[in-house]
Amino acid sequence: MKYAARRIASFLLTMVIVSFLAFMAFDVISGDPATALLGTEATPEAIAALRTEMGLDRPLGVRYGEWLLGFFTGDLGTSYVYHQSVSEIIAPKISVTLLLSFVSFLLILLISIPLGLSAAKRSGGALEAAGTAFNQFCMAVPPFFTGMLLSYLFGVILKWFMPGVFPDLSTDFPGAMRHIFFAAIAIAVPRIAMTVRMLKSTIQSEMRKSYVRTAISRGNDRSAVLRVHVLKNSLVPVITFLAQTMAEIVAGGIVVEQVFAIPGLGRMLVSSISNRDYPMVQAIVVILALWVVLSGTVADLVNQRIDPRLRLGGDR
Amino acid sequence: MLEIRDLHIKFHNREREAVSGVSLTIHDGEILGLVGESGSGKSVTAMSVAGLLPRKQCSYSGAIYLDGAELLHIDRKELRKKQGKAIGVVFQEPMNAMDPLMTIGKQVEEVLRIHTTCSREERKRLALEALAAVDLPDPEDIYGKYPHELSGGMLQRAMIAAAIVIRPKLLLLDEPTTALDVTIQAQILELLKRLNKESGISMLFISHNLNVVRKLCSRVAVMQRGVLVEEGDVETVFHHPQHPYTQHLIAAIPRRERKENRHGTK
Ligand SMILES: Nc1ncnc2c1ncn2[C@@H]1O[C@H](COP(=O)(O)OP(=O)(O)OP(=O)(O)O)[C@@H](O)[C@H]1O
Ligand SMILES: [Mg+2]
Repeated sequence: MKYAARRIASFLLTMVIVSFLAFMAFDVISGDPATALLGTEATPEAIAALRTEMGLDRPLGVRYGEWLLGFFTGDLGTSYVYHQSVSEIIAPKISVTLLLSFVSFLLILLISIPLGLSAAKRSGGALEAAGTAFNQFCMAVPPFFTGMLLSYLFGVILKWFMPGVFPDLSTDFPGAMRHIFFAAIAIAVPRIAMTVRMLKSTIQSEMRKSYVRTAISRGNDRSAVLRVHVLKNSLVPVITFLAQTMAEIVAGGIVVEQVFAIPGLGRMLVSSISNRDYPMVQAIVVILALWVVLSGTVADLVNQRIDPRLRLGGDR
Repeated sequence: MLEIRDLHIKFHNREREAVSGVSLTIHDGEILGLVGESGSGKSVTAMSVAGLLPRKQCSYSGAIYLDGAELLHIDRKELRKKQGKAIGVVFQEPMNAMDPLMTIGKQVEEVLRIHTTCSREERKRLALEALAAVDLPDPEDIYGKYPHELSGGMLQRAMIAAAIVIRPKLLLLDEPTTALDVTIQAQILELLKRLNKESGISMLFISHNLNVVRKLCSRVAVMQRGVLVEEGDVETVFHHPQHPYTQHLIAAIPRRERKENRHGTK
């Protein structure tokens, strides 16, 4: 259990560093938000008053401390643009983005695991060559392009969902899910291709290891070798890869939410950046970072349960 | 009990046959030594007995009989019934030959799980017995350990336990001591000798060191480039080698080691 505590401590430390960097970076680029808000016409007195009101006259460290404390209590500050609490604006967007990420991840798992397993069993032949070519093609297509294609095909032509109009989650859940589903496909396609390829190569390289020969010498058939020995040994790299997939989904989501007009965090981030709404940008960046770092941490903890060798000292 | 008749094996991606016309017999309860330089075809010979030849990547002919049953050409399903059950194998590098994510106990039990209807408790009891039989201290403790937690010598003992737990007729040992240091090597040889005496299990012991073979085996076969060049009583071969290659092998053993042996285990 000590390794778990250590891993969680390093997770917290990472988050503090990441959030501080985000905080500092936006403090530097934002320049003076008071001036930005009031315009250059404003009197210096009015600007100074607003600065005091916004708390901008105090040192960076103090403001960061306050902000961090607020983050844990759910107080993410006030949006410059909407003059509303950031957490209130963000909350519904988080659920949309979580839903989109979750559906994408599920699609990736459900499609790439069976495909990867069967690709690992087959080797050589025309089918494999065709599979590899198709796989490479899928990997190369960017999500925004797939997204536009899907929007056109299923939205404009088949009218299975309305491109550009996202149904309200609470009143039209099935409609919203349909919308999310097609967006999730756009995110998932290249990642499925990568996962299939990595599963195949991981399993095939495990199959060449010496313990497989031992297992066969004991009377295991091929499927038992795979089931009892190889799959478990392939799991660690695969889980690490899936954690990276989480990060990719988040990144892909930012673009795909634009294409499908899905009101999630990604879309909010993009509009907040162009509005220079820094409290909003800060909060979203830290939440996305939390998501990515958290999935890495979970992957490490799971891997340590699987592989006893990872439990020996150190973080790795 | 084991008879190899005119075995030929040629890998498709090689010019030369890996094994060309090897005939060998192992009698009940006998330990046969198989020596030869690297690449002479010792492992390939043993692997074809154990059913581990990659059949699609090579062409093979001849016959292998284990107690009258032919092994080289039987179908995979029948072969699997013999693997582990009638023939146990111990490989050179125990660290790689073991599944790193499975406890020692589960690996020792694996053969029982595959080939018998023993209950879980029964399997554990037999596994603990086998771990004790190979002189591992505190079998209960070792049972729950993972391979990376044991030393090479202990792992090799555990591998031997995993191979003999079901009491096979034949044990194939492919350079089981090569990766270990000299003291551990001597202990393992003693252990094998004792197991052979106590349970009468026949063994094929592969080594590239004739001196090691001499400590353990009564009969020895010498291979060179896929061909059996000499075979006979180990002392006779040692003192009156007929084939120049055997003479060369003996000359390669340091003189001091040669002498030591005569008084040592003999
Ligand atoms: N899977 C394989 N594919 C192709 N050639 C092989 C394969 N396995 C073995 N060989 C070849 O067969 C020959 C005999 O190899 P083998 O492993 O039996 O030698 P060995 O006597 O056991 O040597 P060592 O002392 O190094 O273990 C070698 O030339 C080797 O390259
Ligand atoms: Mg060999």
